[in-house]
Amino acid sequence: MYNQVVMDHFKNPRNVGVIENPDGVGEVGNPLCGDMMTIYLKIDDKDQRISDIKFQTFGCGSAIAVSSMLTEMAKGKSLDEARKISNKDVAEALEGLPKNKLHCSNLGADALHMAIQDYDDKKAGIVRPKAEREEKHEHGDGQSCYCPYCDVELDEKATFCEACQRDLTEEH
Amino acid sequence: MNVINLDHISFNPLLPEVKEAMIEAINSDLHNPSSQHKAGEKSAEMLAQARQNVADLINAADAKEIVFTSGGTESVNHAVKGAAMANREKGNHIITTNIEHNSVIRSLKRLSAQGFKVTSLSVDESGRVDPAAVADAITDQTILISVMHSNNETGTIQPIAEIGAIARENKVLFHCDAVDSVGVVPVDVQALNADLLSFASNPFYGPTGTGGLYIRRGTRIFPLLDGGVQEHNKRAGTENLIGIIGMGKAAQLAAAHMEQRRAHLAELKKYLVEQLPQYVDDYIINTNLDHSLPNLLNVSLKYIEGESVMLMLDEENLAVSTKSACATGSLRASHVLLSLGLSHSDAQGTLVIAWGIDNTKDDLQKLLSTLSGVVKTLRSMSPLYQK
Repeated sequence: MYNQVVMDHFKNPRNVGVIENPDGVGEVGNPLCGDMMTIYLKIDDKDQRISDIKFQTFGCGSAIAVSSMLTEMAKGKSLDEARKISNKDVAEALEGLPKNKLHCSNLGADALHMAIQDYDDKKAGIVRPKAEREEKHEHGDGQSCYCPYCDVELDEKATFCEACQRDLTEEH
Repeated sequence: MNVINLDHISFNPLLPEVKEAMIEAINSDLHNPSSQHKAGEKSAEMLAQARQNVADLINAADAKEIVFTSGGTESVNHAVKGAAMANREKGNHIITTNIEHNSVIRSLKRLSAQGFKVTSLSVDESGRVDPAAVADAITDQTILISVMHSNNETGTIQPIAEIGAIARENKVLFHCDAVDSVGVVPVDVQALNADLLSFASNPFYGPTGTGGLYIRRGTRIFPLLDGGVQEHNKRAGTENLIGIIGMGKAAQLAAAHMEQRRAHLAELKKYLVEQLPQYVDDYIINTNLDHSLPNLLNVSLKYIEGESVMLMLDEENLAVSTKSACATGSLRASHVLLSLGLSHSDAQGTLVIAWGIDNTKDDLQKLLSTLSGVVKTLRSMSPLYQK
């Protein structure tokens, strides 16, 4: 089901844990399946670099592998570089994820961006209500969506699969 | 690699005697059972023997009431759609439950689109439907009641005899999806008052791709497949004779060894339920322990996700299945678990552990000790776990 890179990150996840007194925290969840991912950042104020990053994830093998790979990619990066990491980059670094997992478990970059936003907000003294902090998961960045039943490529806003005639209101 | 199969609900291996019967059939001069020459007649005799074995297993009055199909899904589709269509002029109302297999749910969805009205009853926290609720739901338009014998995710057994009696009293057809029960626990179509009863061969160690539908004599039902006059004009298409011969052998063995198998399976279940708290905490047992199959336990492990658990157990050569949304392909939580009142996150951590007649306490002991470590590892990663 998963390739060797994904399985390696799932079995030996890097940077698992919590950072005490973090400089930024980002949390994303998938309300449909209940998956949840939290990213903790330690940021070197002078260099504007991520000096440490840790994650906690409640989710499938793919969600854990994505979290692990994302932390490896972001560690030591400048905030500007880290902001450019996309969910698609993470999936590519993992040498691919199963199509039906692409947008449910591939939320790592969203959590990272939220953690950086949290850091920026703290510095600027902004307190955002929780709703405003929740980043909506977009399929933007050139990622395709696929029907979880028949694998046919779907329009970003599709709520029905023409190919297999299934209602996808809940899935997509 | 020696994998311990604790995923018997997904697949059972063929018994050696079943394999032998099938290989012998392949090597004999089988022909089309509908043909009237000697080779055809010999094949028809083998088909009739298999049919009798299956009829005996569920106590059908006449072997002709058994229609061989390609498996549980076809049987259910045939029963539900065939009975609804054939009784359309009597009414358009069908009663079912929220925890049926998708073959029932989606067949009924298809019928709803064609004007049938469906009442889907809830189950209580223990996973059972109240027969009184079935009686209350009957209207003068009700033509069919369809309730499963045991649930394929939880193993919980429904009060089928009571529901069957209510259906009979109200002159409504009763279909029972007994796919995971037939050949595992006693299923008697007379005691259950079933007019239609779906079953498959693999749950009792026969080949996949082979199943059957019991159709009580005189029941109005349309065929699902139109064509030839095979299966007493109820299921067109040349029979899968080799599969059916395997199924017939498996049915004979299931009937002969039912009590012995059941005692062994039940002992393993008792052991698992007793030992579990010594290895993991914070779990929910979703199986009704008073009314359930002897070979299955459904457990939700809180704060972690089932696919991860399944993959880590697989690394240790332990095969189980999970009802986590992530692993089902549909990416939505199991309707059965949500019907029991589970939250989405608790449903995510659900394992279905299903042992078979070949498993031992040692297998379950290996599962428990491995599971204990897996749960610790995954909880240490989980943002939901605070300890």
